[in-house]
Amino acid sequence: MKRSLLHKVFQFYYQGFRSMTVGKTLWTIIIIKLIIMFGILKIFFFPNILKRNFNTDEERSNHVIEQLTHVIEQLTNPNTITYD
Amino acid sequence: MTEYLDVVDWSRAQFALTAMYHWLFVPLTLGLAFIMAFMETIYVRTGNEEWKRITKFWQTLFGVNFAIGVATGLILEFEFGTNWSNYSWFVGDIFGAPLAIEGIMAFFMESTFIAVMFFGWNKVSKKFHLASTWLVALGANLSALWILVANAWMQYPAGMHFNPDTARNEMHNFWDVLFSPVAINKFLHTISSGYVLAAIFVIGVSAWYLLKKREIQLAKRSIVIAAVFGLISALFLAFTGDGSAYQVAQKQPMKLAAMEGLYEGQEGTGLVVIGALTPNKKFDDEKDPFIFKIEIPKLLSFLGYRNFDAFVPGVNDLINGGYTYTDAQGNEQIALSAEQKIARGKIAIKALGDYNEASDAGDTEQMKYYRSILEENFLYFGYGYLNDPSSIIPNIPLTFYSFRVMVGLGFLFIAFFAFIIFLAFKQKLQNAKWVLWTSVFMIPLVYLASQAGWIVAEVGRQPWVIQDILPTMAAVSRIDASAVQITFVLFAVIFTALLIAEIKIMIKQIKIGPKDGGK
Repeated sequence: MKRSLLHKVFQFYYQGFRSMTVGKTLWTIIIIKLIIMFGILKIFFFPNILKRNFNTDEERSNHVIEQLTHVIEQLTNPNTITYD
Repeated sequence: MTEYLDVVDWSRAQFALTAMYHWLFVPLTLGLAFIMAFMETIYVRTGNEEWKRITKFWQTLFGVNFAIGVATGLILEFEFGTNWSNYSWFVGDIFGAPLAIEGIMAFFMESTFIAVMFFGWNKVSKKFHLASTWLVALGANLSALWILVANAWMQYPAGMHFNPDTARNEMHNFWDVLFSPVAINKFLHTISSGYVLAAIFVIGVSAWYLLKKREIQLAKRSIVIAAVFGLISALFLAFTGDGSAYQVAQKQPMKLAAMEGLYEGQEGTGLVVIGALTPNKKFDDEKDPFIFKIEIPKLLSFLGYRNFDAFVPGVNDLINGGYTYTDAQGNEQIALSAEQKIARGKIAIKALGDYNEASDAGDTEQMKYYRSILEENFLYFGYGYLNDPSSIIPNIPLTFYSFRVMVGLGFLFIAFFAFIIFLAFKQKLQNAKWVLWTSVFMIPLVYLASQAGWIVAEVGRQPWVIQDILPTMAAVSRIDASAVQITFVLFAVIFTALLIAEIKIMIKQIKIGPKDGGK
């Protein structure tokens, strides 16, 4: 029973893909696009910087806090900022 | 510092490029799915095979657009992780949760039912096929919901709490994020713009058939469905546009000032219908902001504050502060100047640093002290990264003109749909060649209006990536600008190739027509 259902689903997709006309060109485009996106761009150009450079969330937090708080030093002298 | 600003500018340019290309594909999917669903519903209810043929033809064009456009949005997520790592970390689960829901829903709903929609003709029951088509339409629109909720949160951060230990914003109320008035308006306004675009696409293609004197039945029936759907959508678009502008007035007054080229606020402010801005106008010079303008008296006050005599702050008021406004809790407040906000932002940033130093030292008393200072000033956190008050002014000409393009074309589309319906019911459309040609040329115009809308939304909110909390310059990663330049060019090439492919395949399928339509 289970196998029969799986077989039907498989046949549904198999026959569907086989009888495509425009779809073949479109699938070619989709596959090329996904290969470029995930096989080239993601791997070579778009690493997740925080995941790549740090092992734990704590390290990532510290890094971002440092980034957020130290940028200000490029803009102003932190000693001039007072809490009064 | 120059190198750093280079990274900011190139990262912004790259994000704009990819988002704008992505948005070329999305709105047609959102609207055409519903138009197909209406057509198939008629087929199932009447049993008329012509409606099946019509549905299958538009389904083919839907498939072309979907296939070319699918996954182009993922590139934006790549960019978050690489170019905008500070931002990605800072937004925390507020951005992650909606995007994760979107990914799961899109995968299960769209991919499953799209397969049934394309492959299931004559293999599943008519009703199941129809249900699949409707679910594709609903799934596509629900996918858009989550992305737009995330975007709306950036324009109006609600339902979150900043955790200074992790430097992340944590969601404390999912419903506040989902049902924020900005999110609701943004979602409804954006999807209805997709419906209008799809309706004009269908009318334009059908008009081409009428001009070529072929597929007359398909063209006439498609035009009626699309024009009625388009008119209702365009009226709703105007309604939600009003809601969006109202939210902008409350939450992003500088964006509203830029949309209107309003430098000096006043009570009973008029709405500029058309106008030409004075080039190189600076906020603090004496030049008249306009070379000429035609405005409707008091309308901006009414649209922004539901009161014809309300005070609408201009650019200078927002920089200098001192005017009275009503806050989100309904209390009257005196507006701070940009300088005051910058000072408070710097205090917040310093307090974050000191809090973490105290945390490292295990000094709980100091932690408590710095945390309270941070929380007291957190509303202005992002201002701390700015030195010059004029940094809070977005690109006024781009925002002003884009707004007029969007709104002007929006009203043109309402008149267009009404006129098409009138001619169609009078049986005069087929012979009105100029109307048919106009319909064809409406297609690029609706894409222009659609892009202009996003320019208003995104350029108008600069310099903020999260309103008042994080400017773009603090959100960007410290990476090499040349790497961003390379990928900018790569994306420009890839997306242009995809767009050319889409247009070529689409035109080919339109020329072939419905006889060969199908999968």
